[in-house]
Amino acid sequence: MDTIKLTIDNRAVEVPKGTTILKAADQMGIKIPTLCNFELEGLALKNHPGGCRICVVEVAGRRNLAPACITECMQDMVVKTNSPRAINARKTVLELMLSDHPNDCLQCPKNGKCELQALAADMGIREIPFQGEQSEYPIELSPSIVRDANKCIMCRRCESVCHEYQSVGAIGAVERGFPAVVAPAFGKNLIDTNCVFCGQCIAVCPVGALSEVDHTGKVLRDIANPDVKTAVQVAPAVRVALGEEFGMPAGSIVTGKIAAALKAIGFDYVFDTDWSADLTIMEEGTEAIGRFKAFLAGDKNVKIPIMTSCCPAWVNFYEKFYPELREYPSTAKSPQGMFGATVKTFFADKIGVPREKLISVSVMPCVAKKYECEREELGANGNPDVDYSITTRELARIIKMCNIDFKNLPEAKFDSPLGESTGAAVIFGVTGGVMEAALRTAAEVLTGQTLPKVDFEEVRGLEGVREATIPIPGVIDLKVAVVYGLKNARMIMEQIKAGNCPYHFVEVMACPGGCIDGAGQPYHHGDASIIKARHAAIYKADREMPLRKSHENPEIISIYKEFYGEPGSEKAHHLLHTHYFDKKKHFDLEK
Amino acid sequence: MNNVETYANIPVIINKGADWFSSIGTEKSKGTKVFALAGKINNVGLIEVPMGITLREIIYEIGGGIKGGKKFKAVQTGGPSGGCLTEKHLDTPIDYDSLVAAGSMMGSGGMIVMDEDDCMVAIAKFYLGFTVDESCGKCTPCRVGNKRLHEILTKITDGKGTMEDLEKLKNLSSVIKDTALCGLGQTSPNPVLSTINNFWDEYVEHVTEKKCRAGQCKALKKYYIDPEKCKGCTACARACPVGAITGTLKNPHVIDQDKCIKCGTCYEKCRFGAISIK
Ligand code: SF4
Ligand code: SF4
Ligand code: SF4
Ligand code: SF4
Ligand code: SF4
Ligand code: SF4
Ligand code: FES
Repeated sequence: MDTIKLTIDNRAVEVPKGTTILKAADQMGIKIPTLCNFELEGLALKNHPGGCRICVVEVAGRRNLAPACITECMQDMVVKTNSPRAINARKTVLELMLSDHPNDCLQCPKNGKCELQALAADMGIREIPFQGEQSEYPIELSPSIVRDANKCIMCRRCESVCHEYQSVGAIGAVERGFPAVVAPAFGKNLIDTNCVFCGQCIAVCPVGALSEVDHTGKVLRDIANPDVKTAVQVAPAVRVALGEEFGMPAGSIVTGKIAAALKAIGFDYVFDTDWSADLTIMEEGTEAIGRFKAFLAGDKNVKIPIMTSCCPAWVNFYEKFYPELREYPSTAKSPQGMFGATVKTFFADKIGVPREKLISVSVMPCVAKKYECEREELGANGNPDVDYSITTRELARIIKMCNIDFKNLPEAKFDSPLGESTGAAVIFGVTGGVMEAALRTAAEVLTGQTLPKVDFEEVRGLEGVREATIPIPGVIDLKVAVVYGLKNARMIMEQIKAGNCPYHFVEVMACPGGCIDGAGQPYHHGDASIIKARHAAIYKADREMPLRKSHENPEIISIYKEFYGEPGSEKAHHLLHTHYFDKKKHFDLEK
Repeated sequence: MNNVETYANIPVIINKGADWFSSIGTEKSKGTKVFALAGKINNVGLIEVPMGITLREIIYEIGGGIKGGKKFKAVQTGGPSGGCLTEKHLDTPIDYDSLVAAGSMMGSGGMIVMDEDDCMVAIAKFYLGFTVDESCGKCTPCRVGNKRLHEILTKITDGKGTMEDLEKLKNLSSVIKDTALCGLGQTSPNPVLSTINNFWDEYVEHVTEKKCRAGQCKALKKYYIDPEKCKGCTACARACPVGAITGTLKNPHVIDQDKCIKCGTCYEKCRFGAISIK
């Protein structure tokens, strides 16, 4: 490989050709500040517009300063990252940015986690020398996202994610010059665009311009209300991330602490979404097996591939972009939805409380789940199955508000009867997990044999598109695909449309690496090692479970005995399955 | 090659040969150059001149001198992001390099001549207004920086500037030049920098004396009634839209500077030339 020798801050360094000054400096331990530049390495998220100009450095012989993030190293280059000229320019650019910024950190959702705030602290900003016109945009609310464009610094990270990674294109730069801002086109609210509420724009926004809709106040209010009971569920991916909010290393598994914290907060019933993830496998698996059998029997009308349907951003995506293919995804509700439907029927009856008086709350790594809660079809008589969904970050805030020393909290167990789970459920939190969990059950059901090995390594990994052929002896060589990122999902949909999709079974997750990097998780600030640590932790949690196949979960076996009858029963269909809508027309009409 | 001027050069070069073409002009800038001569000059229009010609030749020989016999002040070359050349550059041979050395550029070939009635701060503000409108908004220094530059210049021409503002102008201009992403932003502070370099006194006057020597900055204008010349006809007082003028018939009138909105009506109404602008 060709290498380049250069000098940065008086030290010699040799780097491969094509390396940027930013990366070369980074490997020498020189941290050049950046704002717009962003990359979640190996996870398909990136943004290198070179627009903020915070990273400028002095290059000997060059007329102007060079943006380190997009300038490649050249032979014998002499770079100064800390010359007075570079520091002054960087500080002035930062002051300019702050001169068109609300600077109300104390009321900001990003307070303490904001990259702009941190930079202002590092650069020793004590006053903003430029006063003048300030941008004024209304704050916009949607079911999942709060958008405060006044705080937008035009880094365009959200735009790259929404366009290039999700292929949605709901937000982008509008206007030019000083009024330029990143927003939905034509001044629309996100709810009136093709936005699928994946929230990945929130996950990458360096400032408080994009944040989750906060329900912490409602949760605390309902917990304090003696007239209602509260039941909470916790999604798989939360347990490998929440610890980060309390200074624990990425990848800490805090399942028992979460159960204990939720009890300490005062929830009446502390249950687990992992329980309903196992239930999802029973329902979705049964539906899949039915379709495979029909397909093998030569049924020309059966929809193959069957696709997962537990990611609500993905559901929004096919309703908005591919409604004509909406019979391919499974009709099974998401684990959140299945839990909600069960808690508001079976469990409400069991404790003798009307569903309106049982507040069901979910803790999710996700902001799309907030939107899902508001779907009319996921409720009864106008009462939602899940009253509200809070994110991992919101739970962390509640725990802090309740003065709980999370790190040193003794572990507790989830309550029965919706709290027991298997390893197949916890892996729902990563890309490939739903597929693997389904395979563990489907293979045993289809062959009638116990699997010699439950690990399906073929579908694991962090590549955006993975495919595998899974032999189910005597039945089928199952061709499966696992994708994350809706751009990759779009590719599969286009294959189906063209009639050349080679797969029988496809798993789709909207977020990078699956729910472990959902938009409700602690901010990673572009550090991919955090996502990798969560990924490893999920599989560790799986290995440590005594039971690893959904159909072996005793509380799943008993719910069928007591309530649902059998997977795919009429009652199960009524409560655990859903239907999808054509939401495309709406947009075409508007155009 | 994408402008008409370049195409126009080709037939001549083909007909008469490259040697002939390069025999015209200076060593580094060969051939001729077309300028759009405009502003306070007697003969305006497009001119084609050999490279290396001096400004003095252009202005006084081709352009026929300054309109109304006023005093030459500066010539702005290179379009909105160019710079100003002044008296001291009158005898510099013009080519690509000498213009850049003088803090301007050839740019679009615009050449706008300014006389003593042109305020250089207002000129800088005028050109900057153009870049503020043209900025695409992608990079911070141009999106926010040019806006702030324009606001500071407005503050100065409004008579509210401070010496600190002048320091900010200097620093901000050079940072924008140093950090903007594309050519537009990198050159947008040129009119500010070149007027600061060549007409620093005018900036200081605006700030410390609240005075615009060209009389162009409206907010800095002061209308005075000369008591010697005022006949007390009351024409001005009756015409003043804000009632800033007081005085009785046949006695000298006075303008209340705090009330005056500098509309100039009184100045036009006075038949005795008693009202002056300072
Ligand atoms: S976005 Fe950051 S800098 Fe701006 S107000 Fe919020 S915390 Fe403060
Ligand atoms: S939530 Fe997802 S789809 Fe919606 S604007 Fe953000 S990135 Fe785009
Ligand atoms: S909303 Fe956030 S991520 Fe999007 S451009 Fe603005 S600051 Fe960047
Ligand atoms: S991948 Fe997970 S976190 Fe992301 S939108 Fe889908 S369900 Fe939510
Ligand atoms: S310098 Fe260029 S890229 Fe930057 S805002 Fe101005 S016009 Fe856009
Ligand atoms: S300039 Fe206008 S406002 Fe001022 S005194 Fe004269 S008429 Fe009145
Ligand atoms: S980080 Fe380099 S230009 Fe924004």
